[in-house]
Amino acid sequence: MGNRLLLRGNEVIAEAAIRAGCECYFAYPITPQAELLEHMARNMPRLGRTFVQAESEVAAVSMVYGAAACGVRTMTSSSSPGISLKQEGISYLAGSNLPAVIVNVVRGGPGLGNIAPSQCDYFQATKGGGHGDYRLIVLAPSTVPEAGELTMLAFDLADEYRIPVMILADGMLGQMMEPVELPDPVDPNSLPAKDWATTGAKGRAPNIILSFDLDPEKLKTMNLALQEKYARITASEVRYEETATDDADIVIAAYGTVARIAKSVLRLAREEGIKVGLFRPITLWPYPYEPLKALAARVETVLTVEMSAGQMWEDVRLAVAERAETPFYGEFGGVVPTPRAILSEVKKHAR
Amino acid sequence: MPVDTANMTKVFQRPRSLTDARFTYCPGCDHGVLTRIIGQAMDQLDITERTVGIAPVGCSVFAYLWYKCDAVQVAHGRASAVATGLKRARPDLIIFSYQGDGDFASIGTAESIHAANRGENITVIFVNNQIYGMTGGEMAPTTLVGQRTTTTPEGRDPRLFGYPIRFSEMIAQLDAPAYVTRQALYDTKRINDATAAIKKAFENQVAGKGYSLVEVLATCPTNWRMTPIQANEHVRKTVTEVYPLGDLVDRGA
Amino acid sequence: MPRGTVVIDAERCKGCGLCIAACPQDVLAFSGSLNKSGYDVAHMERPEACIGCAFCAMTCPDIAIEVYREKVPS
Repeated sequence: MGNRLLLRGNEVIAEAAIRAGCECYFAYPITPQAELLEHMARNMPRLGRTFVQAESEVAAVSMVYGAAACGVRTMTSSSSPGISLKQEGISYLAGSNLPAVIVNVVRGGPGLGNIAPSQCDYFQATKGGGHGDYRLIVLAPSTVPEAGELTMLAFDLADEYRIPVMILADGMLGQMMEPVELPDPVDPNSLPAKDWATTGAKGRAPNIILSFDLDPEKLKTMNLALQEKYARITASEVRYEETATDDADIVIAAYGTVARIAKSVLRLAREEGIKVGLFRPITLWPYPYEPLKALAARVETVLTVEMSAGQMWEDVRLAVAERAETPFYGEFGGVVPTPRAILSEVKKHAR
Repeated sequence: MPVDTANMTKVFQRPRSLTDARFTYCPGCDHGVLTRIIGQAMDQLDITERTVGIAPVGCSVFAYLWYKCDAVQVAHGRASAVATGLKRARPDLIIFSYQGDGDFASIGTAESIHAANRGENITVIFVNNQIYGMTGGEMAPTTLVGQRTTTTPEGRDPRLFGYPIRFSEMIAQLDAPAYVTRQALYDTKRINDATAAIKKAFENQVAGKGYSLVEVLATCPTNWRMTPIQANEHVRKTVTEVYPLGDLVDRGA
Repeated sequence: MPRGTVVIDAERCKGCGLCIAACPQDVLAFSGSLNKSGYDVAHMERPEACIGCAFCAMTCPDIAIEVYREKVPS
């Protein structure tokens, strides 16, 4: 069985990636994910695996592209401005049907912003920060242990669907320390073979990895195949968590660190007689529209709380429509909402 | 027209590492000659089945159609980084990248330099025709002073846009690279020299000797507004004055 | 000198003229005959002068030329 250690979020993601069988890790330093890079730098060579500090985030995602093309499990990590740099590479990964894991430990933005936690990259992650009609599976952990679990899941989903998967964490989750039970390492021999990979054309026709066709009809066919894949993922891989929603009048919609803070608010509010619940998406793509829509029919208000100017809020409004009120409370610039501040917003909107 | 080859030996044919596909390149374009040379090297070293080629963005975006090996088409400029990822993941594979001036020496500058500096055990082929072909003939960092292109219609003015960049000389300064050479294809002697250089660049990788770069001065008859024969003469007479031929680094045995 | 001969794949030829210039024996010339792509295809104008050196084939950017050489010089 795994062992129980006190670890910070960044380290747990790194260690989980190692245990998931990540063979190659490429990244460029950026705060607040330095510990992830450092953990990989110390441990990957020791295990005979590849660690390269790339010359930029652009180069790192391209190295991931190469490793993914020849069939190995591979990952890169960065934070907001670095993820912006990776968008071209991410579009190529998606268009070429390559599996990879990309970790974004989100910080304040836009521009250089700061190094404090934020959730202002939701649009970038879920609405396609790069060009073209593509999607990433986006997983949003809200605790340090969950960050580890979702990292292991990310590698499995990436391989199963041949899609890049993003772990959308934030600077708080990356830095905070919690006790974690680390999972057993995956047996690399148990992983299915990738017969599409560029492993050398011995005894078979050449494999070509590309995202390109000058013929519009052929590119349309490639796109339809991507859309069909996304439909399958949407049908099977939605993940979310509802807490205290059975009798709720008002529900907080939040993900990641904010959802964790909101859990304290549930207790505080109920002490004051307000029936509050929490709807926490775990997959930001595919977004749990149907469960939220169903929940909205039973409540008066869905209050979205985010460390942004209102990005997931748009998806909440899309799901909820006219079924309930959809107010918003946001903090930005790296300011983290306190339970008291969220409670005050809940009270404003509760009957 | 029928010819009697009954008592003759075939002494020249298409390398078996190349497919039958007809090249999409312009008449007289050196990409075709260079592709044949690469195919020949793959034949001679018998590495086709464990080679992965990297196709860039540019006229040679279709490079994955020419070879009977696995291939990866990549983002503009990123080939050296993708090569790094491939080679680190699967060191047993022979990885080569094939890039033009924009891909290698402009948008890919950082990736090109740093793969060389890390001494990645890869084979990099840099096709220098001093212009951007695919996009219609714009200036490249390698464009000559006074050369007319669509973005330097009056000729490249160094006061505005600097001087032709000698990238191989820059790479040759680094400690890691094993082999850095500049070749050309304007006559059969140069073709023979380039053939030996390309073969060596692949042999180095097979032997684990480190990073090899072959810069090839190539023609772009279409965008230079010359016939193929004039274009070859231009390389011989003028381009080699700016980009001298020969080995810059050869850490050999 | 051994005798040689070349076989030019007319549909691959793009009429670039490099083989004609490369031939040390003035064997090749434009045929005046256009292929399906509209290129004036090269051909052996003086086949008797061919020595099978393969300079034309080496120079051809489309690998359109195969070269044969006599086993025993005549």
